[in-house]
Amino acid sequence: MSAATIFWVIIAGAVFTYLTRAGGHLVLSRFDRVHPRVEAGLNAVPAAVLTTLVAPAAMEGGPAEIAALVTGAVISLLGGGMMTIFFTGAAVLIALRHFLG
Amino acid sequence: MSAESLAEPQPSSDFITGVRESIPIVLAVLPFGLLFGALATEHGLSLFDIILMSATIYAGASQMVGIELFDANIAPWVVVLSIVAVNFRHVLYSATMGRYLDHWTPLQRAFGFFFLVDPQFAEAESRRESGRQVSFAWYMGLALPVYVCWVAESWLGALFGQFIPDAHTFGLDFILPIYFLSMVMSFRKRPLWLPVVGVSAIASVIAYRTIGSPWHVSIGALAGVVLGAAVAPAAPQEDRH
Repeated sequence: MSAATIFWVIIAGAVFTYLTRAGGHLVLSRFDRVHPRVEAGLNAVPAAVLTTLVAPAAMEGGPAEIAALVTGAVISLLGGGMMTIFFTGAAVLIALRHFLG
Repeated sequence: MSAESLAEPQPSSDFITGVRESIPIVLAVLPFGLLFGALATEHGLSLFDIILMSATIYAGASQMVGIELFDANIAPWVVVLSIVAVNFRHVLYSATMGRYLDHWTPLQRAFGFFFLVDPQFAEAESRRESGRQVSFAWYMGLALPVYVCWVAESWLGALFGQFIPDAHTFGLDFILPIYFLSMVMSFRKRPLWLPVVGVSAIASVIAYRTIGSPWHVSIGALAGVVLGAAVAPAAPQEDRH
């Protein structure tokens, strides 16, 4: 691909990416009221989308990766903050990767 | 800004709170910014293109897909379509968030949505759920460090990619999944949380194994959202706020 083509692909990618980021709101704000089902669907968005960013990584991962995620989940259930989850999760991961090879 | 003075907490303190809360995100994203810069250089992208990409597209996964396709013999519009496919989930983010941004000016919304990446959305939802207002000052306090670091990391990765230590040994490659997991956990008080997480996980893994990345994100997310909508009470509620 030529340098000029790459430049324009990046610009087009940026414009369309911005449209995805503004588009959902632009469409929804056309409606005076939001149907309860749409409302309920949107309330499920954070858990639904963020899960898809974790699940395949967990599936592809070995025992070390699974253990790190389980540790993070348990610490979160115990009320631990983000940094605690990070450092314990990372510690478990590094230790197990080291010992399990 | 005059409209801003009506909001109860001072914008400056909200901004600082946002900056403070951006630190874990900056750390989690750091290896990926460097990796993007290094890989993009390997794929023959110029430094200018690398920084342009991070500064304008500003979406890690889609940028990775983009650089993979640049050196393949693929029509330019297919590359653009692939980038959009990876980023399509943002439509859901802005639809979800837009419902509680009435106090932002249209210009603030137009500007703010540019920075609506995964962690930005997760933190905003989390803040709103805890009953605090998603002010424009807080939002930008969170967004700007993440954005500036992302662009700077791409640049550093492009220049010093060969010096990046083995990410696997230090567990850096898995920080982002741990971060996203902790955000998933933070929404566990929501109705239908477990069924939504379960359905999205299963659907995304099946899609990942069959159709392949990046479609597993949209498909998995859609499955969870449809479940949430389908199980919800059909009778219209009195007030939606």
